[in-house]
Amino acid sequence: MCTCLNKGGGFHFPPCHMLNFCGIRILLDCPLDLSSLIVFSPVPTSDWLPFEESSNTEANGFLDSRVGSGKRHKIEKLLDAKSLLFAEPWYKTVNNLHLWNSSFIDVVLISSPMGILGLPFLTRMKGFSAKIYITEASARLGQLMMEDLVSMHVEFRQFYGPEESNFPAWLKQEELEILPSELREIILGKDGVDLGGWMPLYSAADVKDCMLKIHTINYAEEACYNGTLVIKAFSSGIEIGSCNWILNCPKGDIAYLSGSNFISAHAMPFDFHNLQGTCALIYSDFLSFSDTQDGEDGDSNSVPTADKLLPAGSQDLAGFNYNFDENSEEKKKLVFICSCAVDCINEGGSVLIPIDRLGTVLLLLEEMATSLEASDMKVPIYIISSLAEELLALLNIIPEWLCKQRQEKLFSGEPLFAYVKHLKERQIHVVPAIHSHELLINWQEPCIVFCPHWSLRMGPVVHLLRRWCGDPKSLLILEGVLNLELALLPFNPVAMKVCQCLFPSGIGLQKVKPLLEILQPKTVLCPEELKPQMNFSSEKSFSVLYYTEAETLKVSYRKGSLELKIATDLASQFYWKRFKKEEVELTKLKGELLMENGKHHLVLDSDSKNSLSNRSLIHGGLPDLEKLMAALSKMGISGVIENDTSDDAKSQTLCIIHIQDPYKASIEIGATSTNITTADETEVSFIYKIVDDILDGV
Amino acid sequence: MAIETLVLGAGQEVGKSCVVVTINGKRIMFDCGMHMGYCDNRRYPDFTLISPNNDFNAALSCVIITHFHLDHVGALAYFTEVCGYNGPVYMTYPTKALAPLMLEDYRKVMVDRREEEELFSSDQIAECMKKVIAVNLRQTVQVDEDLQIRAYYAGHVIGAAMFYAKVGDAEMVYTGDYNMTPDRHLGAAQIDRLRLDLVITESTYATTIRDSRYAREREFLKAVHKCVSCGGKVLIPTFALGRAQELCILLEDYWERMNLKVPIYFSAGLTIQANAYYKMLISWTSQKIKDTYSKHNAFDFKHVQKFERSMIDAPGPCVLFATPGMISGGFSLEVFKHWAVSENNLVTLPGYCLAGTIGRKLMADKRDKVDLDPDTKINVRCQVHQLAFSPHTDSKGIMDLVKFLSPKHVILVHGEKHKMVSLKEKIHSELGIQCYDPANNETICIPSTHFINAESSDAFIRSCLNPNFKFQKCSSVDISNSTTIHRNLMPELQVEDERVEEGVLVVEKGKNARIVHQDELLLRMGENKHDT
Repeated sequence: MCTCLNKGGGFHFPPCHMLNFCGIRILLDCPLDLSSLIVFSPVPTSDWLPFEESSNTEANGFLDSRVGSGKRHKIEKLLDAKSLLFAEPWYKTVNNLHLWNSSFIDVVLISSPMGILGLPFLTRMKGFSAKIYITEASARLGQLMMEDLVSMHVEFRQFYGPEESNFPAWLKQEELEILPSELREIILGKDGVDLGGWMPLYSAADVKDCMLKIHTINYAEEACYNGTLVIKAFSSGIEIGSCNWILNCPKGDIAYLSGSNFISAHAMPFDFHNLQGTCALIYSDFLSFSDTQDGEDGDSNSVPTADKLLPAGSQDLAGFNYNFDENSEEKKKLVFICSCAVDCINEGGSVLIPIDRLGTVLLLLEEMATSLEASDMKVPIYIISSLAEELLALLNIIPEWLCKQRQEKLFSGEPLFAYVKHLKERQIHVVPAIHSHELLINWQEPCIVFCPHWSLRMGPVVHLLRRWCGDPKSLLILEGVLNLELALLPFNPVAMKVCQCLFPSGIGLQKVKPLLEILQPKTVLCPEELKPQMNFSSEKSFSVLYYTEAETLKVSYRKGSLELKIATDLASQFYWKRFKKEEVELTKLKGELLMENGKHHLVLDSDSKNSLSNRSLIHGGLPDLEKLMAALSKMGISGVIENDTSDDAKSQTLCIIHIQDPYKASIEIGATSTNITTADETEVSFIYKIVDDILDGV
Repeated sequence: MAIETLVLGAGQEVGKSCVVVTINGKRIMFDCGMHMGYCDNRRYPDFTLISPNNDFNAALSCVIITHFHLDHVGALAYFTEVCGYNGPVYMTYPTKALAPLMLEDYRKVMVDRREEEELFSSDQIAECMKKVIAVNLRQTVQVDEDLQIRAYYAGHVIGAAMFYAKVGDAEMVYTGDYNMTPDRHLGAAQIDRLRLDLVITESTYATTIRDSRYAREREFLKAVHKCVSCGGKVLIPTFALGRAQELCILLEDYWERMNLKVPIYFSAGLTIQANAYYKMLISWTSQKIKDTYSKHNAFDFKHVQKFERSMIDAPGPCVLFATPGMISGGFSLEVFKHWAVSENNLVTLPGYCLAGTIGRKLMADKRDKVDLDPDTKINVRCQVHQLAFSPHTDSKGIMDLVKFLSPKHVILVHGEKHKMVSLKEKIHSELGIQCYDPANNETICIPSTHFINAESSDAFIRSCLNPNFKFQKCSSVDISNSTTIHRNLMPELQVEDERVEEGVLVVEKGKNARIVHQDELLLRMGENKHDT
């Protein structure tokens, strides 16, 4: 059973699913929707304070401006910097996750560093006891991201002071109603039910506690939950440490395909070979969808005609993974952006780059440094972030999760990333915060600054954006912001140049079908969004089911019957009975049943207190009376058959054999049982043996 | 079903580790080392025993290298490039990064210094490394449909791994070299509890039991400190990889604590480059060292500087790391010639030195005249300190590992003959495990586990998962007849939970064996249960 809890939104908010597999409840990813931060105002500055009065009048100010306008359709106009929420931000978690009792979750699988951001909310809940699996690289990156989030949030807390109540004013129904519809939709979701997902941020202690509860695994390491479920992670390529999963239990296997990249300039690329031939495949790559929505991807028109791309599927498998350097499209974009930056610096402006995807930042960092070198400019590059120092160090020590070209650098003894050299040459400066002493004494403009956060609502980027937004010579480089106008709202009027660069990520709609044809699962679970874009009707090799949010799909994963392995030493002790007429051989089992690595084993019982004689046999059918009498007389026992003549229908007895010689005994034969009555035990077992022979006991 | 083990090297000796194991038709070569003690064809394993017509690609499923030491990887370039093996070669990431350094260094020594004919070129080393597939720890690699391998942390040197292999139901572990106690920069070996048919383990210290390393570390540091405080020079001849970093971490730490300013030098070349690798591979070291990555990488040695040849006769105290380890030639010998004549100076020696090296001579007759070659004699007046650290496990560690894994059979390799015999007997008598110590080119054949596959019905598994208690009252007659002691042992009420017994294995002609629950069987036979 698979329930999609949330389809997520883009790179930073991966989808989230709940799975019931072999009776084990599995949560796939626990992300945080950080794009919703956009409804809050960044920390106001002294000349930027919207309201000098007390908080009481603040609320009134809101009311005045909104109520005065009255009609709905005018609200759109009113969306300005002041309509953003001036409060300590809360964070939007996956709402549907709260419908589940967290103590009933058995396993949590985290596929990427982004997928862990909401986990502290879960781990701090009472009764939460699930085992959390995550790749080591994802865990380290995820931890840095969470710690960074907490440290950036401190600025809000310092500004707004401690929270007065557990229920902030903006969450009240009447406050929500007067919000501009754009903001309201972000807060409440499209269906207006997302309100329950909002939570105040976890603390640093929660993060620490969460990290203590996780269980890190390596690439393709077999982790076994409860002896039943075998879990393996294979790289997905969207980020360092990010992975797809293979789940194996005695009844079948499932592949979970999260957002994946065939090529990556930094992370180990999508390893699809290992996902082949599963019973079910959950297709959960939503990155391709968001790309086409943006209209950035010029190929979006050709998508419905994906059929003509079919021959691609018959290509060599390796055709998917081509070299990044050959991917000139991406390289061209990169070079263009860097040339823009160089032009801007030549004019005396500065360049501000909010840290978005790690991969893009690393690319920009390397390209920026080389193009500065090429144009012989001595312009400093600053990275202002509390996590930067550790992050840059970390990236240089996890070669196992990097792409091939970077691994080659390891083998030839070079630093994995070029920034190591630039850091040493003090071309790149890394400082933890905007008020760091090191930054203040070294600061010079124009410069290039990388800093968080991409939401443009917190972190050093807010302050620098305020400094430069009025400067038409400066440049802001953004990556795939959904609502640019809203994102820049608090900084209006913006005179600085804004350049948006989007590097495609995800499997890409054209490749979905050929990929699935290679993977050959028996059943594919697809998001419903894929239905109009993909024509699976001609597909014979696998069946397709479509899922939507908050709906449970049932998939039968039967791969024939269960397998059980019997140790040879045990099997050699089996006592076989042969049923000639049916050509069947039977034996009663003994031993110990073990569950190991998702497989049943029957091994020799360690303490063999149960001897064979002790065991009760099972018989089927009725004893053949004639045969029984013959057998009895052969052994020198004679008796008389007395058929049950009573009309009592309840009586189960069919007949009784009375034995006089050599001793007194009676054999009572019923429909489901035979009773032997004698005075002596040895006699019972003697007769029992005869009856047993006739009955073919097992 | 059997596992066949052909020992091509390191059988009752140390050097040219190479074991070929055949499991259910799959053949794996564990390690492909060379013997440093020989210069003739004895230096390489006798590969013709694998395939008389040299068709190694057909004969072998894969080659697995446990770590980068030459006695484990030295023959690899020869095997792939000269003998023509083209199949997959597996090793860990650090081994793949560092093995070519070792091979290249060895090639240089062979060609440049000994003026021998080279057995493989630099290009061939590079070509050879292209065939290598790097693996991570615990990564389960499906070599082909039936063969599965997995690496476990082994300590010893960076990237050293024990390898687990499974074909069908037969499972085995080849340990390579390992260390059961953590040292300064590496953790202790770690492995899962597995159901093994065979463990092939090293036995370098088959009879030695070592005491705490801290005392020996203190001794070393004291000797070094005493020497430099008297203005002497310390020469630490060492292998470039492993020992050098281990001792350097030790010294750095001591320098920091004692606030010493005496320079520590690394001889140029290999050692400096090696530190660059160690920095990137820090996640393969011990937890304590690993945690230093973000603020100050432990392999970013603060006190270490590069050494120039011109500094050999410069005045003032210093500590110098120089290769090779046993002063068998090269830079360490050059420096030794200059420094050995002064009693102020100190030379440290590794725990083990090959016969014929200066190191061995120093160990034997300390502070005496040492012949460099027939014409030159050196009056050795410096102090000599012998290091007693070893990255190998001691006999207690071997016993602990074997006991932990509890395999059905153990094969000892990589040790000295007489010591192996005593360890073999110990394993047999104390742990009750069959143990062998084959010589080179011998084959050991052991039976392997085989499971019989059967399908089983849901009802059977379900009934096995549910408790099924049976209560049995011992009849009073029984009790009165038995002795008093017996009565005490037998409780009157006996509880049994025999779930498997309700299963019946059915073998029908032309069909797979199937396990059903007894109720199902009757249903199928169309008969009712009949109690007797």
